[in-house]
Amino acid sequence: MHKNREPLFHIVKRGDMPWYFSWGVRAVAIALALICSAVITMLVTSENPIQIFATIIDGSFGSERKFMILLQNTAMLLCIALALTPAFKMRFWNIGGEGQALAGALASAACMILMKDQSNLLVIPCMVLTSILAGALWGAIPAFFKAKFGTNETLFTLMMNYVAIQLVAYFSVVWENPKGSGTIGVINPMTKVGWLPEILGNKYALNILIVAVLTVGMYIYLKYTKQGYEISVVGESERTARYIGIKVEKVVIRTMLISGAICGLAGLLLVGGTNHTLNSSIVDGRGFTAVMVSWLGKFNPIWMVLTSFLLVFLGRGAGEIATDFGLNASFGDILTGVILFFIIGSEFFINYKICRTKSAKKEEK
Amino acid sequence: MDINLAAVKMRNITKRFGSVLANDRVWLNIYKGEILALLGENGSGKTTLMNMLSGIYFPDEGDIYINDEKVVIRSPKDAFAHGIGMIHQHFKLVDVLTATENIVLGLEGKLDLKTAAQKIRQICDAYGFDVDPDQKVYDMSVSQKQTVEIVKVLFRGADILILDEPTAVLTPQETDKLFAVLRNMRDDGKAIVIITHKMHEVESLSDRVAVLRQGQFVGDMPTKDTNAQDMTNMMVGYPVSLNINRPDPVDPKPRIEVKNLTVRSIDGILKLDDVSFTAMSGEILGVAGISGSGQKELLEAIAGLQPVEGGSICYVDDDGTHDELLGKDPLSIAEKGIALSFVPEDRLGMGLVGEMNLSDNMMLRSFRKGKGFFTDRKSPRRLAKQVVEELNVKTPNIETPVRKLSGGNVQKVLVGREIASAPKVLLTAYAVRGLDINSSHTIYDLINQQKQKGIAVIYVGEDLDVLLELCDRILVLCAGKVSGIVPGRGAKKRDVGMMMTRLGGKDNA
Repeated sequence: MHKNREPLFHIVKRGDMPWYFSWGVRAVAIALALICSAVITMLVTSENPIQIFATIIDGSFGSERKFMILLQNTAMLLCIALALTPAFKMRFWNIGGEGQALAGALASAACMILMKDQSNLLVIPCMVLTSILAGALWGAIPAFFKAKFGTNETLFTLMMNYVAIQLVAYFSVVWENPKGSGTIGVINPMTKVGWLPEILGNKYALNILIVAVLTVGMYIYLKYTKQGYEISVVGESERTARYIGIKVEKVVIRTMLISGAICGLAGLLLVGGTNHTLNSSIVDGRGFTAVMVSWLGKFNPIWMVLTSFLLVFLGRGAGEIATDFGLNASFGDILTGVILFFIIGSEFFINYKICRTKSAKKEEK
Repeated sequence: MDINLAAVKMRNITKRFGSVLANDRVWLNIYKGEILALLGENGSGKTTLMNMLSGIYFPDEGDIYINDEKVVIRSPKDAFAHGIGMIHQHFKLVDVLTATENIVLGLEGKLDLKTAAQKIRQICDAYGFDVDPDQKVYDMSVSQKQTVEIVKVLFRGADILILDEPTAVLTPQETDKLFAVLRNMRDDGKAIVIITHKMHEVESLSDRVAVLRQGQFVGDMPTKDTNAQDMTNMMVGYPVSLNINRPDPVDPKPRIEVKNLTVRSIDGILKLDDVSFTAMSGEILGVAGISGSGQKELLEAIAGLQPVEGGSICYVDDDGTHDELLGKDPLSIAEKGIALSFVPEDRLGMGLVGEMNLSDNMMLRSFRKGKGFFTDRKSPRRLAKQVVEELNVKTPNIETPVRKLSGGNVQKVLVGREIASAPKVLLTAYAVRGLDINSSHTIYDLINQQKQKGIAVIYVGEDLDVLLELCDRILVLCAGKVSGIVPGRGAKKRDVGMMMTRLGGKDNA
């Protein structure tokens, strides 16, 4: 009969842990991540790691302008993540945030360009309405096909991104300014028609405020409303939903209308609020990064404030390193990767513990 | 019995899941040439203990000896190497492969289906199995699939067999056949462990019983020296009554009239064929049949969840008005004011949401109440507390996700919610499947209370002994047809068993 050695370790699921335990594990993970990236930095670039970290922090907090950009980028990323979250809770994998936001951006820009002689009192409500509708439409099309014909929403929403990108590229040529440039420059720079109002002279403040309200609103919607409850039930078990008389198709389409509408709103804020122009990279991959924000935040809008902040902070720091030290921009991405690896990996140690078995203990003695 | 003959000795086995102590310093001996029945309530750690023997879990503490040699079992493969094979409640077979292909699946070495099929035939002949090695699994009945699982384990040379609730899905006839085979294997010197909740099976099959309670080993004894009552008391820890009450029907009036109901599955297979019956108020109508004879479709059709080809299902109100239920979904049935409760077979996949806590699960039935946009969270909390208290649900608190509760407690939560809505009709599918005897009796009592309140209960069951003791009338289904409706009082188990396999129960072969 063959004989096995007893394994040295085995993995055991933890019971319920007090909150300070899980936060302790996460803090240790971040400390380890910093140490690990410091070592990598020294080995690869022979720069002083402390200086590199200082630069990362400087990238976000170095000046008031940098800080406002940090907040603005966090708000925009969070906005799209908030949009995706109800769909994700329903287990509808909407990775079409990019396209839905672009559709909203396109609608906003169209209003600004086509109604350039009108008053803002008319133009801005039109922009709000059309961008939200455009985003909702972009989200509802895959939802409709999923509900009626059972198509795969992941592929469908992904493909809708490319349709939106090509549409924007097409209109960039139609509306090019100046002629021959192939790009839309700043729209209505003199009249500022369709520019969303600044609050206290700050062009980012409105966006940040709207997203803050949206965060609280989404938290309440998911947690305390009948529709939010229906989303959870459909996500956890479609059969239970049908058993209890929830019309699953209706919930899927309704939720994706909401999801797309908020993405459309993000497009409006980008075009009307800050950029005042349109190009196919205006959403800047946030539709995809937002997927990570939502997951890392465990679909909880309040947690997602932290996760989106963290991702933007790391991204800004990476950019700052690249310029200050003349390093390749990819080096910043390596550090971001190391830090994310530790943060995501720490969840394993929160849920499980590794025990040494008897023989391992005995050997030690 | 001589201790040296012990095929397996488990010593001081402890296993924790988080803060839950599933097994607490358990001692157990398993002997060759003996059938051991492992007894215990739900959540007493029987399956966990056996899973450690078959390599699915690894013990936190304690030692396992096989033939007096200390061994380490890290995986099911290690278990097979030691001659241990387990037949799980849920079969692990590939539908599109034949019996032989499934049996050799995962074995190392050269693939030789011909020799394998020959060896399978030898095993079948030796013990009296009825398996065609070339039959595809999707063509097999549940009992045939189980046989393939057993042969698979024997094929790999197992001489210690563990069966986890093997009879839960079998008809009485199939159960008899299985037991005959198990006895043959015992006489051949194999060690057999069977986990079951059915006392009469323990008594008729096993040589020795071992009892676990709350993760601890309470004792073992030869089966002939004990009886169902003693074993149950030992499992529970205090004396309990084993009789099932059957109060007389209360003022029976037609409540649900099913006429010529015909249901086809999506693949066009006839699931219900011209089914007609009437369920009365204040009465329990049992539904018996081999699993898959149309029970699920019948209940789901009444509940508005099953598309129907033809026929009618009428709800008769107290004032005699008739409402057609066909073509209505659960929501429109409820909106019509028809209080219909349904305890489905798939508790966590249909009746409840496993990831949600008790209070949110109570809300499934009530969340639409009230006009506003927001949900009322207070009344479900109150209901959850009430159900926990009245039905004695074992849970840390009402914020615990229901999937973390044991089977019996999950069922209490579901039944508690369904009867809390004061139904006129109660549909239950396999309400006590997998429940221990104590929890089962709680459920029988609850169902009887509903009956005495004048509710029409339709009880789909699998344990004929219980159906015969509990129900006022029994509708027997056979391949989607009504094989007969017999009064529960005085019906013979043998006859009902015959009706399950042949229309009308007559031997017309």
